[in-house]
Amino acid sequence: MLLGTIVYAFVNSIILALMAIGFNLTFGISGVANFAYGALYIFSAYATWMGLNLVGMPYPVAAAVSILLTMLAGALMYRFILLRVRGQALSEVIATFGIGLAILEIFRYLGFVGFEYNLPVFVDDSVVLAGVFIDVQRLLIVIIGSVVILGLWWFTHHTRLGLAFRGIAQDERTALTLGIDSDRIALLSVSLGAGLAALAATVIIPLGSIAPGDGYEVLIKALAVCIIGGLGSTGGTIVASFVIGFAERFTDTYISSHWTMIVSLAAILVVLTLKPSGLFGKQKELEERI
Amino acid sequence: MQKRRERVDRGINVRSGDVFALCSWREMLYLAGPRVLPVIAILLLPLALGIYWQKVLLSVAVFALLAISWDLLAQTGMISLGQALFFGMGAYVTGILNHYWGLPPLLTIPVAAILGGLICTALLLPVLRLRGIYFSMVTLILPLMLVRLIEATRIFGGTEGLTGMTPLPSRWLEIYVIVGAMLAALFGFRRLLGTDYGLVLKGIRDNDRSVINAGINIYWYKTQALLIASTVGAFAGAFMTHVYMFVGMPVFALDYSILPIAAAVVGGPGSLAGATLGAFLLVPLSEVLRGVGGLRIVFYGVFLVVFIVALPEGIFHFVQRKYNQFERWVEVDS
Repeated sequence: MLLGTIVYAFVNSIILALMAIGFNLTFGISGVANFAYGALYIFSAYATWMGLNLVGMPYPVAAAVSILLTMLAGALMYRFILLRVRGQALSEVIATFGIGLAILEIFRYLGFVGFEYNLPVFVDDSVVLAGVFIDVQRLLIVIIGSVVILGLWWFTHHTRLGLAFRGIAQDERTALTLGIDSDRIALLSVSLGAGLAALAATVIIPLGSIAPGDGYEVLIKALAVCIIGGLGSTGGTIVASFVIGFAERFTDTYISSHWTMIVSLAAILVVLTLKPSGLFGKQKELEERI
Repeated sequence: MQKRRERVDRGINVRSGDVFALCSWREMLYLAGPRVLPVIAILLLPLALGIYWQKVLLSVAVFALLAISWDLLAQTGMISLGQALFFGMGAYVTGILNHYWGLPPLLTIPVAAILGGLICTALLLPVLRLRGIYFSMVTLILPLMLVRLIEATRIFGGTEGLTGMTPLPSRWLEIYVIVGAMLAALFGFRRLLGTDYGLVLKGIRDNDRSVINAGINIYWYKTQALLIASTVGAFAGAFMTHVYMFVGMPVFALDYSILPIAAAVVGGPGSLAGATLGAFLLVPLSEVLRGVGGLRIVFYGVFLVVFIVALPEGIFHFVQRKYNQFERWVEVDS
């Protein structure tokens, strides 16, 4: 029982990290608020589903096409909407939240709700790991999640582009003087973040079905992980997803599933109140509180 | 030859700017028109409407109150993404007072407005130091969490909610109370924001550190602004509870957070009249769109984006500018 909970909590943590990683890249690392993140996640899931069931593409092709489409959607959203309100944090939030709302509700309106809207698992099999049954999909999530997280850390610390991402969050004007085209970098960061959302959706959605309402949940969870970990810190993201992941699974098992969401929301509130820059964040303390 | 657009105040706008406005009917009408005519129209409107559209006017007034309360907070530099917190708190307090103790609406509504306002202020007090987007996130999360708490602990009727509230005595009283409250809030807070007190509040939005430098305790002022705004929101919630005769988890729904923001953004952020105008446009529109069901929320989303990007000043400021100024093309001096 305890071992099982720990294993599933571990998987849950990686799922959270994978959900949050794209949001962390756009909002946490490059400072561009993309509150349509959850909607893009759901968008890519439906895109894969349509590719698979309506067009009849093979699964890997459908997934790849949907990831590319989502990246394109992110780039277009930045180019035509975000660019015009760039720098006004609250306008960015309201505009992207509006886009997210529109995307999610249009799927709900068109009737894309129900259990038939799901994606097949990659490998339909399960293994016994230390006495606990676990399906291969979850193992794949752990592997892909770890690779993506490590890749992101390497990307933001050891590549020119990744450093530019961090640069525009730290000080946009100084970044400009160093020859970083902040509009181009911001566009790339929104697009890449959207791509990571699509990747996360492709890997995680086969565990359940696609529902528009999940978009809000993904956004809240990504926000939670980002805030608790601290903006701009990849390490913090991992620690935060483990904190929330374990807390969620343990409340689920030992208290009641009603309390699962409350735990992560309460965690955000406490961290925001006590240390708004998060457990490991160190950027911009004066802009967060006074 | 390059040209640019120049905006010049209309003569009548300048003439009516001081006491000489009282010399001519034209200037007085120019001043009074945009202020008095809408008030008269709003007061006469319930007489002309059928029962169904009276209910629509009622929810227009409720959302206008929420939008006014949002704008008041926004003018103090606190952007709330969770007006539903105020609305829901007022609704639940009045629900509890009426359901468990059987107090009459005449007593529960004012008590719930003040008590709900105090509770909301106390809840947000620890995060008053947060700025900008971080404050917004807290307000976004609080109502979501309260819903889950009610669901998990099953207090106050749990998912079922509390039913059987006492209705208000008559529908005429109902409509005129809420419309009167809306007008009072609109003109009262407009006046408040014009005083020195309001100047301090706006100063906090523009540059909080320089307000601190002036030796003013901004947290105390923010607390007061929060109390005023949340009392207004709680009043709207308390009132609606007695109209619907029901209080339950839907009072914390996203609608009550999004629509006021949409109204303020569409109408014109930074002016209470704009927020009210936005509510008068959006709520009837959403009634007309009721037939399309879930598509309504899609429209809100699209509206938010279009107005934020294309007309960030909002309709009110746009109209106000056209009313007070004229535009002409002039040559650019090289």
